Amino acid sequence: MTATGIGAAVRRKEDFRFITGKGQYTDDVTRPGETRAMFVRSPHAHAKIKSIDTAAASGMPGVLEVLTGAELASDKIGNLICGWMINSKDGTPMKMAAHPALAVGKACHVGDAVAVVVAETLAQAKDAAEKVKVDYEVLPAVIDPAKAQSAAAIHELAPNNTIYQWHLGDAKAADAAIKSAKHVTRLDIVNNRLVPNAMEPRVAIGDYDTGTQNFTLWNTTQNPHVARLVIAAFVGMAPEHKLRVIAPDVGGGFGSKIFIYPEEVVCLWASKRVGRPVKWTCDRSEAFVTDAHGRDHVTHAEMAFGDDGKITAIKVKTVANLGAYMSTFSSSVPTYLYATLLSGQYDIPAIYCEVDAVYTNTVPVDAYRGAGRPEATFVVERLVEVGARELGIDPADLRRRNFIKSFPHQTPVIMAYDAGDYNASLKKASEIADVKGFGKRKRDSARVGKLRGLGYSNYIEACGIAPSQAVGSLGAGVGLWESAEVRVNPTGSVEVLTGCHQHGQGHETTFAQVVADRLGIPIDNISIVHGDTDKVQFGMGTYGSRSGAVGISAIVKALDKVEAKAKKVAAFMLEAAEGDIEFKDGKFTVAGTDKAAAWGEVTLNAYIAHKFTGAQLEPGLKEGAFYDPTNFTFPAGCHICEVEIDPETGHTDIVGWTAVDDFGTVINPMIVEGQVHGGVAQGVGQAMLENAVYNSDGQLVSGSFMDYTMPRADDLPSLKVDMTVTKCPGNPLGIKGCGEAGAIAAPAAVINAITDAIGTEDLAMPATSQAVWAAIRRVAKMQQAAE
Amino acid sequence: MAMTMSGEQQLAAPREKVWAMLNDPAVLKSCIPGCETLDVIGENEFMAVATNRIGPVKARFKGKVRLTDLDPPNGYKISGEGDGGVAGFAKGGASVNLTDKDGGTLLSYNVEAQIGGKLAQLGQRLVNGAAKKLADDFFVRFAAAVKG
Repeated sequence: MTATGIGAAVRRKEDFRFITGKGQYTDDVTRPGETRAMFVRSPHAHAKIKSIDTAAASGMPGVLEVLTGAELASDKIGNLICGWMINSKDGTPMKMAAHPALAVGKACHVGDAVAVVVAETLAQAKDAAEKVKVDYEVLPAVIDPAKAQSAAAIHELAPNNTIYQWHLGDAKAADAAIKSAKHVTRLDIVNNRLVPNAMEPRVAIGDYDTGTQNFTLWNTTQNPHVARLVIAAFVGMAPEHKLRVIAPDVGGGFGSKIFIYPEEVVCLWASKRVGRPVKWTCDRSEAFVTDAHGRDHVTHAEMAFGDDGKITAIKVKTVANLGAYMSTFSSSVPTYLYATLLSGQYDIPAIYCEVDAVYTNTVPVDAYRGAGRPEATFVVERLVEVGARELGIDPADLRRRNFIKSFPHQTPVIMAYDAGDYNASLKKASEIADVKGFGKRKRDSARVGKLRGLGYSNYIEACGIAPSQAVGSLGAGVGLWESAEVRVNPTGSVEVLTGCHQHGQGHETTFAQVVADRLGIPIDNISIVHGDTDKVQFGMGTYGSRSGAVGISAIVKALDKVEAKAKKVAAFMLEAAEGDIEFKDGKFTVAGTDKAAAWGEVTLNAYIAHKFTGAQLEPGLKEGAFYDPTNFTFPAGCHICEVEIDPETGHTDIVGWTAVDDFGTVINPMIVEGQVHGGVAQGVGQAMLENAVYNSDGQLVSGSFMDYTMPRADDLPSLKVDMTVTKCPGNPLGIKGCGEAGAIAAPAAVINAITDAIGTEDLAMPATSQAVWAAIRRVAKMQQAAE
Repeated sequence: MAMTMSGEQQLAAPREKVWAMLNDPAVLKSCIPGCETLDVIGENEFMAVATNRIGPVKARFKGKVRLTDLDPPNGYKISGEGDGGVAGFAKGGASVNLTDKDGGTLLSYNVEAQIGGKLAQLGQRLVNGAAKKLADDFFVRFAAAVKG
């Protein structure tokens, strides 16, 4: 390890510009002649649009265009799509309803865009938007996913609001195991609906060049190339080569900026119509009712136990709320990103999962940090914990008895785990958390009238998304490889072009560390270029903890080629056979001699081409690679949460948090620790604070930070973060991925700890003080009744 | 999800007079909080414009006000639907009952209100208070008008 190489806690190169206010976010981009867009949105959850009168708005000062779904249709702008085909168990394909960028005929959720005003200034656009008259006929709204299948259909093509009825696993085997079980643990679980709330709201600038007929979209996206592909091939805005997508600095995504949204389509389209750039900047209120939400599962789950606490089966039935329309990857989240992880870290012979996905008159639901895997972990880790309590077995011991111990391990639900040591992370976490001393701490709490509880979460996730052939066979419309291009300049400095996109992950640092380590050059001589489809040829973007495992692997592959070419150049310079050239620490040497050439000399020679002819070797030093993973990666670990609760108020303090994760090879431990911190904070947010609440009319009543509680620093203790390492055998550096782990692990750890403290499993997320207080009262009442 | 509430006002006037005033558009206009215009557009039907604030959202509502279930001189239902433009909408109504009491008239009312869009998003937990204040304002002003 060098001071800046793999494994070094290098300070983030990108932070200087962020903390000095020099970041360039989409809203910082101003195009000459820019106009502003303001959307008119439905205040009703479900309403027929009888008419839209735009005349008054069109006559307002500064207004250039007022557009509705009618113009969208007449200009033949295509619908937004969901790119992952899921078939129902009867073989029928999922029921994907039309999702136009502006509502046509009816509005299907509060916030659904029904018109857009383009004006010279934002104030003028806002004033004119007030004048757009929409005559609605309010229709009954379907809100509760558990009741959606018995309500009138929102979209004609989906009777009973059912998008698909999917399943995975062996129902007969699971049923048989449950029937013959020594004990069965049953839980009803609601995985609460969340609003992603990235710090930077979404922004789009559409810029149509009337001279070249080229479109440019500046956009807050996690995957500019996928945005371009969808907008070109499906929405039909422009051919791919006539559309450039630029995603500059992006302030957080958490999944919500993966998807292709109506506003970016409308800005492009409107720009062509008005012949000037059109900018839309989302405000926070708008974000609450337009950014795809996360989670929202209603689940019944059963876990069967045989002798000695051996898990024999798990059976799960989930209703997943996908909202009013199918967002870009929404279909995959409650299916292949969820049910495939129901084996957890355990050797479970029989697994069966049924998932019904439903439409409701709510904002579309799609991937949010963890995407399916937090929901799976919550199911498995709650069942294991409750099962242990019911069986009177120590929860850690029950887990140990069921851990998968030999690898590779084929689960009954598709995944083949390649490497791991679950016992090692449990052991290390238990030591750091001082589980042995918990009894004493609990007694100490009791002395001051407090309750204390301890909860484990032994999560596993499938990351490094994903082998293209595998996801293709499961319905994905795209491959999930990644690309890299390493451009070496004559002076030896390097630009790396990557299809990954950073929006908080620190790629400019970690990716550069890998290159510095490999080429033996200073990290400051390396630039990471991303987020522009005119610079990077293609890429699949950043999500699913894939940038390390897939993106860096592509860079490593390109570096292999660069090194091979540079060795050829060195061979000509040093007048040696290519096979005798060795490269180490930035220096080329001829084996067994003292002949050497420095990296910078070789790179210069590659370009001046004085030492070889064009017939012998092409000048230049630039190589690209596409890396397609051979398997998912399987980060796993053990998080232990300790809580102290005031039974008089229900106020719950997290007094201890230990995270021991196995992410395989770690490039930058400081950045990885930061990712764990952020993930845990979001997971604690879900478990204790955050909840997207709709009333029965479909109004989002927790639609601002007054009512939607985000985690704050004082909600969390100082986290103890540590690692165990088993390298991933599937990629060159042995990386597994770390971005989502905290959010996946945390909710189960929190709820397991609180339920341990209060003595009832009847506690839904978010476990607010009020909810905990009410649960404590229910327990007291039951105890009184029993006496 | 509508919110409901009720209240009453003792008025120092006979029931017939109170009833007549309840049906007088000029009186209604002066009593509806924030009312800018109230134009008769049909029998017992008016078009109103009123500016009101619910929590952080100030909106100019335009919509119809209707009088229904007329039972002279015992009571009626006054209801309105306001389109607040980008702010969303507000709907509501009050059943008004008049009874003789203490030589005057006791006016009792049951209010139901519903909001949507940005108003609901930002003002949901403020709507009860806001609706109660609007209703109270209306009937306090009405009592003052009756007192004359």
